[in-house]
Amino acid sequence: MARRPAAIAIGVAIVAFVIGWLMRVDPPRWINRPPKPVAAAPAPAPPAPPGRKIKARLFYVSDDGTRLTGVERDIAYGEGPLEQAREIISAQIAPVSEPFVSAVPPGTTVRALFMTEGGDAYVDLSREVTASHTGGTLDEILTVYTIVNALTANLPAITSVQLLVEGKEVDTLSGHVDLRRPLSKNLSWVQ
Amino acid sequence: MNARSLPHFALALPLVILAALVASLSSQTAPSPALTVLAREGRRALPIALVADQEFVALDDLAAAFQLTVHEEALGAITVTYKGKTIVLTPEQALASVAGRLVSLPAPPSRSGRRWLVPVEFISRALLLVYDARLDLRKPSRLLVVGDLRVPRILVRYDSLGPAARVTIDATPRANSTVTQDGERILVKFDVDALDAQTPLLPPQTLQAAGPFVHDVRVADATSIVVEPGPRFGGFKAAVQPADATARLVIDLLGTQTDTVPTATPQPSPPSDVPPGLTPPASAIRTIAVDPGHGGEDEGVRGAQGMKEKDLALAVARRVKGVIEARLGIRVLLTRDDDRNIALDDRTALANNNKADLFISLHANASVRRSVMGATVFLAAFDETDSGAARPAPGERVPTFGGGLRDIELVPWNLAQTRHLAQSAEFAAVLEQQLRNRVPLAAHAVDRAPLRVLESANMPAVLFEMGFLSNAEQEKQLALDAFQASIAQSVYDAVVRFRDALNGGGAR
Repeated sequence: MARRPAAIAIGVAIVAFVIGWLMRVDPPRWINRPPKPVAAAPAPAPPAPPGRKIKARLFYVSDDGTRLTGVERDIAYGEGPLEQAREIISAQIAPVSEPFVSAVPPGTTVRALFMTEGGDAYVDLSREVTASHTGGTLDEILTVYTIVNALTANLPAITSVQLLVEGKEVDTLSGHVDLRRPLSKNLSWVQ
Repeated sequence: MNARSLPHFALALPLVILAALVASLSSQTAPSPALTVLAREGRRALPIALVADQEFVALDDLAAAFQLTVHEEALGAITVTYKGKTIVLTPEQALASVAGRLVSLPAPPSRSGRRWLVPVEFISRALLLVYDARLDLRKPSRLLVVGDLRVPRILVRYDSLGPAARVTIDATPRANSTVTQDGERILVKFDVDALDAQTPLLPPQTLQAAGPFVHDVRVADATSIVVEPGPRFGGFKAAVQPADATARLVIDLLGTQTDTVPTATPQPSPPSDVPPGLTPPASAIRTIAVDPGHGGEDEGVRGAQGMKEKDLALAVARRVKGVIEARLGIRVLLTRDDDRNIALDDRTALANNNKADLFISLHANASVRRSVMGATVFLAAFDETDSGAARPAPGERVPTFGGGLRDIELVPWNLAQTRHLAQSAEFAAVLEQQLRNRVPLAAHAVDRAPLRVLESANMPAVLFEMGFLSNAEQEKQLALDAFQASIAQSVYDAVVRFRDALNGGGAR
């Protein structure tokens, strides 16, 4: 009989250890809404013909600097909304030459892009998006809505976008625009 | 200089004062230009001769006024002696040798008949070096202050405030003043020896526009200024605001129809270091939170010339606090009063916990396009889903002390601002209006964005971008004392109007 309490104690300790270990791992909050890549459809679609393009609207800083301007561009075709979203974001953050000026700081790359069934997209950007930012409120608004609008204005499947930096949720890019939750399309920042 | 050294000067004092007053106050006669010498013993005028736009005074006149001995040497040099110290002037040379030291003059001495004329700068550059007492030459107002007299420079400004008007009188260096009502007239008496005021105090076109409220603002006597109200004058309130070296007296003239603010009883201005209290805080706004953006390791935007947003924000925040607390008696809380970073939530929390009635976050902007400039007032924006979440749940009832139930509104902390958006927009519009003629405005002077620091503010709240540090011209402007003062004054005026609107409408 003396062994029973000992066995219970060991069992409790193991359970506590497992729970403690699980709690130590701090999953990003978006994991609560597990991204279900739309690309993971039951039947894989046939590969797209090489060189196939779609038209998409990309956003750059307007001449007067106070808004974004939409510019129609040919973008590589992506199979399904998620792949297409990746193509659009790659094209959007790619360096541009005059007269276009991007509100996304140079050197910024996309680390990952996820989508939920609810239409929220999560765009994980590299640290340059904050480190190389001018720090102005206006520029910060334009940076955020460049990404948000590039996805929501081109892909009906995406209704809102949350920006992450280096895999983590951030409060803001440089102290102004609230990035704690996904933002909807906002064309009032587009001329 | 003392009375014994100037017996004639002292004897002639009453006549000289009278003559100077008549000369300076009479608008009917065009007085010939004169340099007014103000000394403890009195006032006297030295005629000024204009030669090729340069102002000259006669050496003879200076000699009489300052006990100088003038002697013309055989070789053409002119020696001016004061108590054993000598100044040597040479005709046709814009130089003077002062006790062996060379100083430059804007023009050489000039002969007029038998007299020698010297540029007025002779006083401030040469005579000053040998004279016993302080000599303060104020060329723009043709005034020479001798000794330690208190003679502040006076600047008068008139602003129309729609249903009211404002006369601002700046005295530099600071001087105490007393405001009294004499019949219809408002008399401002300064505790000084004399006033350095250029007449007219207000240009005729300003007076013409000011007609309904102000008929005239003029020098009444050596130490007083009188404001003569116009037909719409219904009362006034006065307040003193010390700012650095200047004492600013603000006289608000209220229209006959205005009933929102009672007419203050004219009374002496309080000591300058005490808030005047002539304008008791109205109930609508008792506390304002001013939030200087960034701080510490978070510098915010940095201009090409090195100006940091965090420093600018703090400097202007302190000005805003100074002007509002001194003149309105409203408490102003700064979210930081030194160079350190405060979490965004803590900034709003300070405002919420202190039940501030208004939240103003101060920032400077930047753009990748260097040409962008101008101020913007931002208010918070929320997605529709957020706004829906902010609506209070119906039927939230909580028990209260002493029994019973009370309805309460539960709004998520980060959506507190949703309930105040209309008033935030109202304040933003008023602030924009006050900024419009004072500082450059951006193409979109009022904008909305999901700004983190505003969302939790449980009161009307704006984020004020004062200008673009990424624009070289604006960086220079923002560093200017006068520019920062204009911004602070705009915020002050906006607060006054917003408060009055709240008081009048009882909207809160």
